[in-house]
Amino acid sequence: MTHTTPHPDRVHLDNGGRARWHPLARRAFLQALDDGWADPRRLHAEGRRAAALLDGAREAVAAVLGARTEEVRFAHSHTAALHSAVLAAAAGRRRAGGDVVVSAVERAAVLHAAHDAAAAHGGRRVDVPVERTGRVDAGAMTEAVAAPGVALAALQHANGEVGTLQPVEDVHAATARAGVPLLVDAGASLGHVELGPAWDLVAADPADWGAPGGVGVVAARGRVRLVPRGPEDPEPWAPGGVSVPAAFAAAVGLQAVVADREAEDARRRALVDRVRATVATVPDVEVVGDPDARLPHVATFSFLYVDGEALLSELDRAGVAVGSGSACTASTLEPSHVLAAMGVLTHGNVRIALDRSTTEHDVERLLAVLPGAVERVRDALGVRGL
Amino acid sequence: MNGGRAGAPEVVDARGLRCPLPVVRLAARARDLPAGTLVTVLATDPAARHDVPAWARMRGHATAGERRVVPDDGDPAHWELTVRLGPASRADDDGRPPR
Repeated sequence: MTHTTPHPDRVHLDNGGRARWHPLARRAFLQALDDGWADPRRLHAEGRRAAALLDGAREAVAAVLGARTEEVRFAHSHTAALHSAVLAAAAGRRRAGGDVVVSAVERAAVLHAAHDAAAAHGGRRVDVPVERTGRVDAGAMTEAVAAPGVALAALQHANGEVGTLQPVEDVHAATARAGVPLLVDAGASLGHVELGPAWDLVAADPADWGAPGGVGVVAARGRVRLVPRGPEDPEPWAPGGVSVPAAFAAAVGLQAVVADREAEDARRRALVDRVRATVATVPDVEVVGDPDARLPHVATFSFLYVDGEALLSELDRAGVAVGSGSACTASTLEPSHVLAAMGVLTHGNVRIALDRSTTEHDVERLLAVLPGAVERVRDALGVRGL
Repeated sequence: MNGGRAGAPEVVDARGLRCPLPVVRLAARARDLPAGTLVTVLATDPAARHDVPAWARMRGHATAGERRVVPDDGDPAHWELTVRLGPASRADDDGRPPR
């Protein structure tokens, strides 16, 4: 594959967590293949050139996060960044306790790492429920982090499955009062909405903003005590070292999406509003997520009596790629824990995430084929009149 | 198993079926039953535990209990999910639930 030009007949609306490469990220990656191939830990000129690219990437990411350069690290993936952040921060607070407080709609990497971290220090993972919109109960989270024995709390900046923004400012105020560090997963939001200063640790996902997969971003304020887990390595956040071209492309891509964020926010929000309004006219659908406090580019809905896998196949045949949180679409039997925690339908679920290359025409294509696809899938199940 | 206001609940056995079939079977049974009837669906699909209450909410029924059953005979564990039917359980002609 030598190009990332969109296929003319395809509409790709499944850009959450893995978007098409941003052209500037791609250019940076190619440049770094030439200039940054060497091991950045070596002292010769080639190594120093690679190290300079990596340092520049850290500095650029730090500027966007509102962090100091030395507070920013790259990991091998967003998942690895979350794992390390949870484990290292919880270990750093083990004298305070073993409990890890999380919202029930954190991504699986956070939930699993929180479980392991708590188990390692004799604590438990405390899941805080969310409202029907997916927004965490800030009062319950405030209460949970104030309890004795809490090592760490984690709350995502926004939920990538349903788009709902979380009350990170309120929760961060509560964790600060309690002396508990707060990990904010910005994996679905960085590059799309302003992060703000309400975090002690933050993780982000370059693949979500059109940069390469295979690299993750993590930052921790200098005041957060961290005890890295795993075997000794000079780079505990990315044992063996991170890919310089991937990190450099991540940083350049981030700068690019932040530069036109405001214009893209308005454009994509208008398209998402149109999708949400039009989809709501299909019979028996739940359009989920907070209607206002949300990411600008994500829309999610569940159709009653619809087999999600069959619907995705129908849409794919019509040239439209979408995502889904339905168990019917996954190899696992378990439905999306996010939809389940919200108490909304988990079957017949469709999620779209628009990137910067998504056009009005693309959205019109989806809206033109969706009602017919839903009807065909329902007719196959014989659910008319139920 | 004759359900009714006072009798044992109607039972829909959807064990072994994957989403959205447990909810579809439940809705098909509910269509012909009067308001107030208790209907219990048995489901091995974990999605049913979330989708039966969501269906009930969308259709104006009430959730009336859930129970995890682990049979002694080695059959797979399943959920027993019970709803109490509301006054109007069937969709209007346009396919929308009554508001």
